[in-house]
Amino acid sequence: MRKPDAVYFFGTCLIDLLYPQAGLSAMRLLARAGIRVRYPQGQTCCGQPAYNSGYRDQARVVAAAQLDALPADIPVVVPSASCAGMFRVHYPRLFAGTPDEARAQALAGRVYEFTEFLVRVLDLRPVAPGPPLAVVLHNSCSAHRELGVADAARELLDRLANVRVLEPDHADECCGFGGTFAVKEPQLSAAMAADKTAAVAATGAPLLVGQDCGCLMNLEGTFRRRGSGPQVKHIAELVWERVVVNI
Amino acid sequence: MAAEWRTRVADALANQRTRANIGRALDGLVAKRRAAFPDRDELERLRDQGQAIRTQALACLPDLLAALERNCTANGIRVHWAETCDQANRRISDILHRHEARMLIKGKSMVSEELGLNAFLEAQGIEVVETDLGELIVQLAEERPFHILAPAIHKDRRQIAELFKARFPELPYSEDAEALTATARRLLREKFRGAVAGLTGVNFAVAETGTLALVENEGNGRMCTTVPKVHIAVTGIEKVIARLDQLPTLLTLLTRSATGQPITTYVNLVGAPRRTGELDGPQEVHLILLDNGRSRICADPELRTTLRCIRCGACLNHCPVYVRLGGHAYGTVYPGPIGGILEPQLQGLAAAGSLVDASSLCGACDEICPVRIPIPRLLNRLRAEGVGAGSDSQVPGRGSRRDPRQTAIWRLWAWLHADPGRYRLLSSLLSRTGTLIPRLIRPWTKSRRPPRLAPKGLHRLAREAGFTDD
Ligand code: SF4
Repeated sequence: MRKPDAVYFFGTCLIDLLYPQAGLSAMRLLARAGIRVRYPQGQTCCGQPAYNSGYRDQARVVAAAQLDALPADIPVVVPSASCAGMFRVHYPRLFAGTPDEARAQALAGRVYEFTEFLVRVLDLRPVAPGPPLAVVLHNSCSAHRELGVADAARELLDRLANVRVLEPDHADECCGFGGTFAVKEPQLSAAMAADKTAAVAATGAPLLVGQDCGCLMNLEGTFRRRGSGPQVKHIAELVWERVVVNI
Repeated sequence: MAAEWRTRVADALANQRTRANIGRALDGLVAKRRAAFPDRDELERLRDQGQAIRTQALACLPDLLAALERNCTANGIRVHWAETCDQANRRISDILHRHEARMLIKGKSMVSEELGLNAFLEAQGIEVVETDLGELIVQLAEERPFHILAPAIHKDRRQIAELFKARFPELPYSEDAEALTATARRLLREKFRGAVAGLTGVNFAVAETGTLALVENEGNGRMCTTVPKVHIAVTGIEKVIARLDQLPTLLTLLTRSATGQPITTYVNLVGAPRRTGELDGPQEVHLILLDNGRSRICADPELRTTLRCIRCGACLNHCPVYVRLGGHAYGTVYPGPIGGILEPQLQGLAAAGSLVDASSLCGACDEICPVRIPIPRLLNRLRAEGVGAGSDSQVPGRGSRRDPRQTAIWRLWAWLHADPGRYRLLSSLLSRTGTLIPRLIRPWTKSRRPPRLAPKGLHRLAREAGFTDD
C-alpha cells in the first residue's frame, strides 16, 4: 500500500479509559511521519467483550456505531492487535447477512494494527538513539496468531538504536488475559499470568512492551501486586519517547 | 455445576506435582512436533491436504458410510450401527456373551471411554483388561485417561512404581522404567494368551476398501486385533475416509502432530477376518459405528468442522489452559481444546458448557491443528449458543447458560457503548467513581493490582492535542 495522506485512529476503549498516553504517543508518531491523524470522537469500543462472551446482538449494536464513526475510505490504525483482529476477522462474520455486511467488509479491509502500519505501510525507520536498553516484547496472541503481525513489532524494536530485545521462556504462550476470560476464569488466568510474569522477570529486562494494552494491564497488575518486576508500556510509548529525546 | 467446575479448577491448579509432570511432558511433545515439521511450507501443504480429505469425507458422510458398510461386509467384517452409547455397549456385550467371553482385552480407544464401556461390562461380570501401557496404569489407578493420546502422562515414574507396588505387593519395588514395563508385559502376556475377544479403536476407516487403520507403538493393538478369536473395533462414524491413497497423508499428519514420529512402530490395516488357509488372525471381526450425536453435529456446516478431528492430541499439548489444568479437571472424556468444542455438542451445553469458557481464545490450538479446525471460532459460536444468541441450531442445551444478571450487564454495556454521548457519560462517571472498579472486577484484583483510570481519557487528550476528525 502507498503511504496515505490521512488515517483514522481508533484508540480502543481500554486505552481511552486507562492508557491514554499510549494512544497519544501512537498518534504523535503517525503525525511525525507526515500523516494526518483523524480521531473521531464518535468511537467507543470495537464490541469484542460482548462478542467473545457470546452476546452477538449486543456486540453488533456497538460495532455498528464504529462503522458509523469510521466512514471514510482511509486506513484505520488501531494500537491493539486484538481490536484490529475484531475489525478485520470478526466484523465480516458478525455482520454477515445484515444490511451492514458490505460496510463491515470494507472496514475490515482497511484496518491496520499500529506496528504493522508503521513498519509495513510507512516503513518507518525512526531516528531514535538513546541509552542502551534491554526490553522484552510481549506479543499478544492476536498479533502473533490471529493477524500474523508480531514480526512488525519486533522489527520496529530492532530498528531502534541501542535497544536489545530479550526473549522470555515460552514467549509465544498466552499471558492469560483473554478479555472476559480473566474475569470468568480468574484462577486459570492468574496461573497463566503468574508463569508469564515469572518468565519475563527472569530475563532481567527493566522494561516490558507490547502491542496490546489488555495483556499489558494483566501483566502490570500481576507485577505490581507482587511488588516487583519491570516497567510496563505500550510499544508506541517507548518509540515515541526515543524519538522525542532525539529532538 | 459451575461450583463443581470451580472446585476442580482450584484443586488442579494447586496440584504442583501433577502440574510439573504434565508441564515437562507436554513441553517434550511440543518440541518433538516442532522438530517433526522442519519445513513450514510442507507442513502447510500437508495441512491443506488433511483438511481437504476430512472436509470431503464429512460432506458426503452418508454415502461413504454406506460404501464402508458394503465393502467391510464384502470382506467379512460385520458392521453394527449404534445411535447411542447404550446401543453400542449392548452390541459389544452381546458379541462377548455369544462367545462366552469372560474377559475382554482392549487396545487404546477413546470411543470406548465415551461409551463408558469398561463399567458397563464390569457390571455384567466381564473382566476388562487395558493393554496399552498408559491405559493400564490409569486402569490400575482407577482413574480415567488424562490425555487422549497419553493417558498416564500426569504420572511420574515414582508414582507409577508406587502404584505397581500397591497393586502387586508380591513383586519387588522398582522405579526403573524397563522393569516396570517388563512387569506390565508379563502381566499382559497371560491375559493375551487366554483372551477370546479383543477390542480396539480405529484411526481411520477406509470406505473404498473396507479397511480399518490403527496406529500404535507398543504392539498391543496388533495383539488385540490378531490373537483373540474375536476382534471388535469401535469408532465414531466421522472416522471414515473415502480412499486408501488418502491414508498416508492423514497418518503422517497424525503421528507427527501427536508424538513427532514420522510413522508409528505399528501400522495395522485390518482388512478381513482369517480366511480359510490363513494361519492367524481373528475368526470374526466386528465394526461398531457410533453416532452419539455426530450426525446432528454434521448437519451444521460450521460445527461440522469439529468432526474433522483426527485425535492427534496436539491441541491439548499446546493449550495453556490444558497444560495447567490437566485432563481430569475438565470432568469429560475429551479434555482440552477438542473437548471444549466436542463435549458441549455431545453432552449438551447444560452439562458441559463450562468448557466453552475455559479458553482465553489464544489460538494456539488453531495454529497447530493438522486439519485446521477453527477451534476458537467454534468456542465463540458455542458461547453464543449457550446464551441463546446463535441461529436456530440443534446444539443441545442451547440457551441453558443464559443468566439474567449477565444478560442485563451486556444489555447495559451495549446501551452505553452504542452511542458516543452515553459513552462519554460512562467515562466521566467511571473517572468520578473510580474506586468502584475494583469491586466490579473483584475476581481480577485477587492476583493483580487493579488498573488506575486515567484522569483524562484519550478522547479528551486527542481533542486537546488537535487530533480531530476533519
Ligand atoms: S482438534 Fe485438531 S489438534 Fe486437536 S486432537 Fe483434533 S486434530 Fe488434533
